[in-house]
Amino acid sequence: MNQLIALFQDAIVFGTVILFGALGEILTQKSGNLNLGVPGIMYLGGIAGLMGAFYYENAVETPSKFLCILIGLVCSFALAAVGGLVYSFLTITLRANQNVTGLTLTIFGSGFANFFGGSLNKLAGGVGQIHVEATSAAFRASVPVLSEIGVVGKILFSYGFMAYAAILIAILMNRFFSKSAMGLSLRAVGENPGTADAAGIDVIRYKYLATCIGAGISGFGGLYYTMDYIKGTWASDGTIEKLGWLAVALVIFATWKPLNAIWGAYLFGVLYWAYFYIEGLTRSSQEIFKMVPYVVTILVLIFVSFRKKKENLGPASLGLSYFREER
Amino acid sequence: MDTEYAVSMKIITKTFGSVIANEKVSLDIRKGEILSLLGENGSGKTTLMNMLSGIYYPDSGEIFVNGEEVVIRSPKDALKYGIGMVHQHFKLISVFTAAENIVLGLHSKGDLNRNAVAEDIRKICDKYGFEIDPNKKIYDMSVSEKQTVEIVKVLYRGADILILDEPTAVLTPQETERLFSVMRNMKADGKAVIIITHKLMEVLAVSDRVAVLRRGKNVGILNTAETGIQELTDLMVGHKVDLNINRSPRGELTKRLSIHDLCCTDINGIPKLCDVSMDVFGGEILGIAGISGCGQKELLEGIAGLQRVSGSIMYTAPDAEEPVEIVGKSPLEIMRSGIALSFVPEDRLGMGLVGNMDLTDNMMIRSYLNGSSPLLDRKSPKDLAKRVVNELEVVTPGLSTPVRQLSGGNVQKVLVGREISSSPAVLMSAYAVRGLDINTSYTIYNLMNEQKERGVAVIYVGEDLDVLLELCDRIAVLCSGHLNKIFEAAETSKDEVGFYMTCLDPEAAGKEDKTI
Amino acid sequence: MNRPEKANKDPLIRIAKRDAISKPRAWGIRLIGVVLALIVCAFVIYAIVHLNPLKVYGSMFNGAFGTEKRTWVTVRDAMMLLCIGVGLAPAFKMRFWNIGAEGQVLVGGVATAACMIYCKSFPAPLLFLLMIVASIVAGALWALLPAVFKSKWNTNETLFTLMMNYVAIQVTSFFVSKWENPYGSNTVGVINPNSNEGWFPAVFGEQYFLNVLIVMTITVAMYYYLKYSKHGYEIAVVGESLDTARYAGINTKAVFIRTMLLSGAVCGLAGFIAVSGASHTISTSTAGGRGFTAIIVAWMAKFNTYVMILIAFLLVFLEKGAIEIASLYNLNNFVSEMIEGIILFFILGSEFFINYRLIFRSKKEADAE
Repeated sequence: MNQLIALFQDAIVFGTVILFGALGEILTQKSGNLNLGVPGIMYLGGIAGLMGAFYYENAVETPSKFLCILIGLVCSFALAAVGGLVYSFLTITLRANQNVTGLTLTIFGSGFANFFGGSLNKLAGGVGQIHVEATSAAFRASVPVLSEIGVVGKILFSYGFMAYAAILIAILMNRFFSKSAMGLSLRAVGENPGTADAAGIDVIRYKYLATCIGAGISGFGGLYYTMDYIKGTWASDGTIEKLGWLAVALVIFATWKPLNAIWGAYLFGVLYWAYFYIEGLTRSSQEIFKMVPYVVTILVLIFVSFRKKKENLGPASLGLSYFREER
Repeated sequence: MDTEYAVSMKIITKTFGSVIANEKVSLDIRKGEILSLLGENGSGKTTLMNMLSGIYYPDSGEIFVNGEEVVIRSPKDALKYGIGMVHQHFKLISVFTAAENIVLGLHSKGDLNRNAVAEDIRKICDKYGFEIDPNKKIYDMSVSEKQTVEIVKVLYRGADILILDEPTAVLTPQETERLFSVMRNMKADGKAVIIITHKLMEVLAVSDRVAVLRRGKNVGILNTAETGIQELTDLMVGHKVDLNINRSPRGELTKRLSIHDLCCTDINGIPKLCDVSMDVFGGEILGIAGISGCGQKELLEGIAGLQRVSGSIMYTAPDAEEPVEIVGKSPLEIMRSGIALSFVPEDRLGMGLVGNMDLTDNMMIRSYLNGSSPLLDRKSPKDLAKRVVNELEVVTPGLSTPVRQLSGGNVQKVLVGREISSSPAVLMSAYAVRGLDINTSYTIYNLMNEQKERGVAVIYVGEDLDVLLELCDRIAVLCSGHLNKIFEAAETSKDEVGFYMTCLDPEAAGKEDKTI
Repeated sequence: MNRPEKANKDPLIRIAKRDAISKPRAWGIRLIGVVLALIVCAFVIYAIVHLNPLKVYGSMFNGAFGTEKRTWVTVRDAMMLLCIGVGLAPAFKMRFWNIGAEGQVLVGGVATAACMIYCKSFPAPLLFLLMIVASIVAGALWALLPAVFKSKWNTNETLFTLMMNYVAIQVTSFFVSKWENPYGSNTVGVINPNSNEGWFPAVFGEQYFLNVLIVMTITVAMYYYLKYSKHGYEIAVVGESLDTARYAGINTKAVFIRTMLLSGAVCGLAGFIAVSGASHTISTSTAGGRGFTAIIVAWMAKFNTYVMILIAFLLVFLEKGAIEIASLYNLNNFVSEMIEGIILFFILGSEFFINYRLIFRSKKEADAE
């Protein structure tokens, strides 16, 4: 029983990281931009939050919990959004190829983050020696009182606030797409920018905003990873990159719907960690197990193109650049 | 300024490069009337309306709406003045519902009030007699329903002046009737409705007045009740112009293609060809006349194997005895079975040639598989390119220039030169001289004649009736996918061909025609 | 009668597509992009290290080409990158976005390692033949799956090939743990360290000579294939215009599948070279992210395999040089990725100026209004 609880807890922490990544990318893709720079952006978000927290904690005698969290969030969103801005500028204004730009962003983001992470490690005295305890603790503080209530408490309420924030963002995003006028315009931009343009919608502005804000949200995934998952340190082991690609997979698996992304993220988490908790699995078979989320995503891709239900195919102009023709 | 006119266009001129699309056109449209805008392809009717709807801007002239001069620079501007246009190609998002498409772009803040929108849509529908389900997705809709959504979209934004561009091209007769009754309701409500069309029967059935454009000029505005088919046809096609195109004498004729009951439908399920049957002979030029969209493209592509058709096309090779069935064969199979069929498509750089490749590489599009070596033979295509450049006087910086950098006329010379070089038994060309200068056009006519003299069966699809009458031996007239009639060119007149192009049932029209 | 004020003048800067640009001019613009990037990187380096950037660049050169051994390592790695790029060229030319090179390289490497482990008693020529065939088949099959689904059901190839990468990584991990040596280390270690079965032999005394030979042969072969063969012509036409391909009678579905098989095969071969000719081991970092970098290499070289040579060398030079300055100036290795990223951004941006030109509203026009 305890194993099961531990599995759920691991799954949800894992799932939250990729949920942020996926939600940000869903927003971006709804505008028609395919941003393969998600891993790089999550790196940027993670390192920015960590650096902000590190410098703050070292500069102040008794760091305030509130400021710790605020600085972490702001720094993370800001740098990640800048990454999104670079992508947007190159692909929208300079009309560069989206795939290549995204991959370059991943390379840059990973290099940037690991570089500064390594430097931070050195400053702090060695790998894994960065301790931003105050901030990390603040992020990981679980829901008071409720988290004490037996099994339910452990499963549902023992997570840092960002886990719940992710769910909230997903719900708000879903509402935005389905109910608001701006959401409708954004979806139009991603489906058929020519028609949206003719209807008077500012296609360029929507694409920029969706990509930058989406990048910021994905960056939160990196922040959560740094603060909650590995509890406030920096490891250059490439895990964030793997999580970033899983987030991209999750976008497809969820067929671009934020609510699907929630349970999809936790499902991926369960699949990822299940090998740890299943007795008798040799280490080799564990590796096979770990491929299940990707295989499942491929199956969804095939299934969706087979059935051709239009809503599940993703925005129709995904990955294509839009140029208004000269009058 | 007269304010009884909803829209007044005064001395409007619009040119694109050296082509004059509209020349000093003046047109008044009253409130509460249905005006038909009639004209052949290239007469300038769509360009004129595009200026009202903000897609183009006139080079000179003024536009007045309700007596005030206006500047219309975009569709949004046009809607500000109450002008809305429904184009032939719909601008709809297929995964959205009708309501979402109708309301798109109108609000940028707050939530959509779907119930209010649905209610407003229902009011409009009830008022004019439409039927649409606001919550139905576009991809579930028929073409006629989609058109209705486009019309409601424009009404929802407060349009008082509606322009419909060839709306009945995609409708069944029953749907057309429904559209007409809706138009009459709008007229009764005081709106001005302009319908761009080429179908004379419809003009007579639904409009109050008809304006005829020919070669960019307004050649007459008449009250429909006071005119008839003969007068309208005369205005539309004008007098015959002498072009001095040589027509070689017809030689010995051999049957090359025997087409029976050819039918095809497009991706939306609309029939494009209906039971077309005809024979095509080597040694003569068969012209195909018809308004754009009447099925000529599908006919040629069907013969070439690029379009799925049902029916039968029997081909008789020059040295063979037994005719061979072409229907069902892909272009590759047609080539492989030795059927010498050449096709100069309408879309020169999009289909016939690869724009980014040079002349040599384009010369071998049909012949690159020759020879058993896995490597390309570039020598023969290069020689061919040199020959074509010399004989047809193609203006190009060199053989390795990408063809998209050549001017339109030279592009066409390259394309036609290539197709002729394979010594076909049947040569088909679609709009071979569209957009070309006079000299190049005459070069092309001469090429057609040369092929004819060699015994090739030439099919020439064109939109200029004067050319068809002088160049071709026989003329087949298509209308809405039906073969209306085949004429001997020397024995018919421009009027008669124009008449049959406008989808008339000759006997019925004859009975109803009120000749003046 | 007063005309209402014409609301719109021409905007200050208009963007218009260029009709054509001469090749030298295009490369000139790209070169300017690289130079600008190097200047920006110089600033970045100065900001971090507070040293003369030229000195730093000098050390980078030293790191890549300073000694003979280093030069050979640089060459070896550039060859790897080049091989993958060459494998991607036919697919990209056909506008089929094969993002799965990383995975195709890995499965090729796994197949090679399997031969090296299980067939090490075979005579060397047979072993080599077996390794080559196995890696080619593995890579080709890995690429076949997305190709089939794309041609039948138009499944998105970008996402499919991307996912196949991660399945390949897991497959590799699986085999790594099966073959781990020593037990529990989760690494395979150098395979056949003593008798070197399956290793590339040294040729003319150089360990990596065979790498260069094989990859350059493939590069030249691919150039000829794309430019002079009938297949290459079909790929070009399909990539330019599907309508024209139909008109020409080309079976586009067959071309898709055939080309992807080729692409995967060459990437698989790159895996063979990585395992047999370079690291002599297999791990999930055998491809080392080069599958992704090669995408950028292939795209930037506009699928011209000769230009890829230059770009591959540039990127590997950056990588090696960065490692050198990292150890010299006590930075960490990741600075190379940062610099690589900045340079790539600039080159991407310079593409804009090649394809479009800016038209400034001339004073004459403004006066005439």
